[in-house]
Amino acid sequence: MIFNFPFIAVAALIIVGLYAVVFRKNLIKMIIGITIIESGVNLFLITLGYREGSIAPIYTSSPGGIMSLPVPQALTLTSIVIGVAVLALMLSLVIHIYRHYNTLDVRKIGGDEE
Amino acid sequence: MSGMSKIVKTITSISIPFILIYGLYVIAHGHLTPGGGFQGGAIFASGLVMVLVAYGSVWTMEKIKEKNLTMLESLGAFCFILIAFLGLVFGTVFFNNYLVGSNSIFGTVPAAGSGLADINTAGVIPLMNFAVGLKVIAGLFAIVLVMAYAISKKEEK
Amino acid sequence: MNALEFFVVNSPIFAVAIPLLGAFLTPIFGMINDKLRNVFAIFIMIITTGIVFALSYDVVTNGIRTYIFGAQDLSLPVVRILFEVDAMSCFMAIISVILAVVALIYSWAFMKENTGLDKYYTLLLLMTTGMLGMELTGDMFNFFVFLEITSISSAALVAFWINRGKSVEAGFKYIVISTIGALFVLFSIALFYGQYNALNMAIIANSIQFTFLDKIALVLLIGALAMKAGIVPLHMWLPDAYSKAPSSVTLVLVAATQASLYGLLRLCFTIYGNMITLSPVSIGWLLVLFGIVTILLGVIMAIAQTDLKRLIAFAAVGEIGYMILGIGTGLVTMSPSISAAGLTALKGGIFHIMNDALDIGLMFLVAGAIFYATRETSLDRLGGLARNMKYTTAFFIIGLLAVSGLPPMNGFASKLLIYESTYQLNPILAIIAILASILLLAIFVKVLHSAFLGPALPRFNEVKEVPKSMLFAMAIIAGIIIVFGVFPDIIITNIVEPAANALVNNAGYISKILSLTGGA
Repeated sequence: MIFNFPFIAVAALIIVGLYAVVFRKNLIKMIIGITIIESGVNLFLITLGYREGSIAPIYTSSPGGIMSLPVPQALTLTSIVIGVAVLALMLSLVIHIYRHYNTLDVRKIGGDEE
Repeated sequence: MSGMSKIVKTITSISIPFILIYGLYVIAHGHLTPGGGFQGGAIFASGLVMVLVAYGSVWTMEKIKEKNLTMLESLGAFCFILIAFLGLVFGTVFFNNYLVGSNSIFGTVPAAGSGLADINTAGVIPLMNFAVGLKVIAGLFAIVLVMAYAISKKEEK
Repeated sequence: MNALEFFVVNSPIFAVAIPLLGAFLTPIFGMINDKLRNVFAIFIMIITTGIVFALSYDVVTNGIRTYIFGAQDLSLPVVRILFEVDAMSCFMAIISVILAVVALIYSWAFMKENTGLDKYYTLLLLMTTGMLGMELTGDMFNFFVFLEITSISSAALVAFWINRGKSVEAGFKYIVISTIGALFVLFSIALFYGQYNALNMAIIANSIQFTFLDKIALVLLIGALAMKAGIVPLHMWLPDAYSKAPSSVTLVLVAATQASLYGLLRLCFTIYGNMITLSPVSIGWLLVLFGIVTILLGVIMAIAQTDLKRLIAFAAVGEIGYMILGIGTGLVTMSPSISAAGLTALKGGIFHIMNDALDIGLMFLVAGAIFYATRETSLDRLGGLARNMKYTTAFFIIGLLAVSGLPPMNGFASKLLIYESTYQLNPILAIIAILASILLLAIFVKVLHSAFLGPALPRFNEVKEVPKSMLFAMAIIAGIIIVFGVFPDIIITNIVEPAANALVNNAGYISKILSLTGGA
């Protein structure tokens, strides 16, 4: 049972994130929602690689015993790097949107202009 | 952002070398301990961002041109791909780790089993870590710098 | 190993690595000279095109080619990233490189007055890298990474005209949709990895059990990739992104959309291939339904548009529907076993992927040319342009005939295959598809009338024909359209049929990898 907690947390994070993306009207909050979904997915990947009582997969001065799977950790790392790029791009787009419309409310942007 | 108080600036100046060296350490030991190009680069870039916060974006923009950062970033990415291509030239396939076992720089093969780390191992992986580190330092810092600069210009208007 | 063999063996990685290398060298060339940078970018893309063609020739003659990264030997191939290139991958790669080359040539004059062009060329080359990577890879996680590379660079390009609020908004919408889609893809990859301990598509396909978790992964993947491919009801980002991006970017964006569609095909036919041909026809019918709805909604929405680029964007949505319809019909007809009729439908759908890229691409280039000459895209304010822009008008007419599927253009060849096979499945589907085509014709004739014909407007007296590089880019696509339209048989037997066969032959795809790993 105790090992199912991470999966429940994953589900909770993804649902919270989706809620924020779908129902929040503020662009920054939508971005936060996306980051929360991403954390959920990353947590899921990390949890998949964990085995009961395992140690971190580092050979240097390793005390021995089973190690957790390194591949999901590598995947998570890649996903985090990509996440940083996406976050930076989204935030800079939001800065520009704010410049044009002077608001971050999704209901008010995209009106007539030019 | 026009810079913070003198106390903050002084503390920043004192602590910045340690942060940067720690970042470089994480990059250089990427093949032995957790960390690597991205993580170390992120630490290094955070140190630089601390300078940005303390001294203000306008001051920093004068010291470090955004164009140079872009060049550094391109250089980092280019080195990474170049090393991968060298695997094709000196080894068998793209991304081949041709330095392992060559006994040149980073070329020794570590003893089997767990033991103390030998930094002179792992072939092209440390080199790639340096390339990625360069890219991440330049890229992340450029992102934060440009964003901060854009916002401070907006406030001036 | 002689030089040619070396080149062919390494061509899968060259196809991805050379544009990537070019992307990061572009800013350095841009420091020296603008013209040099443009020439360099086009040169890189032409080399890539050559590599992709050589690779395609090799794959069509010698069968599937794999490329394993960084391997001295094949002791641990499951962990290694590998590319697996079959005829379908080559088919999509050919579309991507052709559109990228044309877009780069077109950008020479079209983007000339913009600043920040170093980044523009870098992003365009990165986007091509991402698309080619998605199409050539044989690894699920690698697919995700390239998907994200494509998304990020294309979102930045959609918002390239950063001083227009609507462009930025379209770019933001696109990146939000893409990121959520990509995260779903990653989640499904994690589901696969957790169950089968593999990331390789062939190994997953070999061991897939169609458990409950696999069904969840299927739903998430179809949802995410359909969203990226712009299939109704997940198309809401597409008209914005297509119409607000610079026209040269839109051209590559069409290819990026289709790379996602390729992911959908790989998913249905390869990863779930064993299961779908065995189990009932549900996925096939789902795709048919999506196809019909997409065609109808795209065409009906196109009627109501007054902005030229937005109109073409909705027509593009409709055209995506035709591909889905063809492929879905193929899936329905081919279960339980591969049949000639199903293969015809599949060929029609696959051929239409290429034709749509060319036709819609040409339309967007013409719209870009009109915008370049007049700074106007609203149909209400355009008129009488044929007097001053003869060549553009001619290219528009070629595109018009091709989009609405009239002979002797390429659109006719593929749409005929789709009509034929859907008629056998259900006549109503074919009738809807034909009616939508006729509506498309009517819509574009209206555009022809309101933009190019009619009385000369005084404010367009000064309008000149667009520069030669733009005309040349349009001429390349128009030439390909006519060649494909006149000789469809040659294209179908040489390119489309191998692609369709490769897509269906999922046992061959799997066994190629298993032979490398020695059983597994």
